[in-house]
Amino acid sequence: MKVWHTRHAGLEGVLVGIASLCCPSSAAAHLVTTGMGPVYDGICHLLLTPEDLVAVLALGLYAGLRGAITGRRTMFLLPVAWFIGGIAGSAVKVVPSFPIPALSFLVLGGLVAADLYMPTAAVTVLAIAIGLVHGFSNGVALKEGAGTLGLMGIMIMLFILVTLASAVVVSLNKPWARIAVRVAGSWTFASGLLMLGWFIRIAK
Amino acid sequence: MSCSRSTTWTSIVYVMALFLTWSSPALAHVEQGQAAGFVSGLQHPWSGLDHVLAMIAVGLWGAQLGTPAVWLLPVTFPMVMAFGGTLGLVGVKLPGVEIGIALSAILLGAMVLAEARPKLVLAAILVGFFAIFHGHAHGTELPPGQSGLLYSMGFVIATGILHGLGITLGLVHRWPAGKLALRGAGAFIALMGVTFLWRALA
Repeated sequence: MKVWHTRHAGLEGVLVGIASLCCPSSAAAHLVTTGMGPVYDGICHLLLTPEDLVAVLALGLYAGLRGAITGRRTMFLLPVAWFIGGIAGSAVKVVPSFPIPALSFLVLGGLVAADLYMPTAAVTVLAIAIGLVHGFSNGVALKEGAGTLGLMGIMIMLFILVTLASAVVVSLNKPWARIAVRVAGSWTFASGLLMLGWFIRIAK
Repeated sequence: MSCSRSTTWTSIVYVMALFLTWSSPALAHVEQGQAAGFVSGLQHPWSGLDHVLAMIAVGLWGAQLGTPAVWLLPVTFPMVMAFGGTLGLVGVKLPGVEIGIALSAILLGAMVLAEARPKLVLAAILVGFFAIFHGHAHGTELPPGQSGLLYSMGFVIATGILHGLGITLGLVHRWPAGKLALRGAGAFIALMGVTFLWRALA
């Protein structure tokens, strides 16, 4: 009886998890209000904004492909750069009309797909650039909402996401697993290319 | 044991009932294509049999060729297809798109049928060339009012799933009967390609 319970506890959890997916909810990409304060608003903002989320994960994957040292640097420097960019973005009134996510997807997806070698210093510069640019956009978006505390929430989530993504890739030993990462990179690149086309079409 | 099972199901029913009572905000206006964009992007590659068969053929052929083609071809296809999609999005005209798509089914099916083993670069060029036509067709057919990002992601993921399906089916290649079945599938895809070509030229 006890054994049955133990074996089926996992199954029960999975079924309850599936049941929870039946819960209807609406998608919101910007200025998420969780009702739990600006830090959580910032965390949710990152998690519910695929323009930022996919770019961060792609950077984490690439840093992981380049090894543990690069991954460690990225997980500390990206959140800091993002925060600085966010502060700068919240101080200006200009809304960037540049297709930043599309370009990030192209660069990061291309690097992951090609598994292109770059020295650690170059990856560090890339992480800082991505952090500054995306952080700037976030700063503009969060200026009238979660503000600086929201940026702090984003920083926390960035650290967690980059740590997890890069650590997973560093731990991959089997060749096919690294190939799966590269396939994910190619999908990111392809999405970026389509987004760029979309941007040009709208601009027309 | 049956008591525990019924308890499990009862608890699941309770949880589902609880979730159904969970209130979600009423939205008076049409959403800005967020979830709709992802779902329609995900559905789009499955909407035409010509696309589906060609993408599955890429996976089957990759499986026949083995590594590194098994991953190189499915990596090449979405990237070049996205390039074709971008051309379609920005309004660049590409003549004979439907003919190109039909030819892709014929040629890729024929490659699977013949178990052709060209040089990897040639295989990638062939797959990439036809990916442009598929991407262009999708790019020009994009429905208005969708979220560009989520549509694109759904679209690319669905394409990857189709390739994955082809590769998974192609795993039967390790058995003699499986090899034969794969070649049969290649013949079927090529024949379907002929019908697509017939329709495109009619």
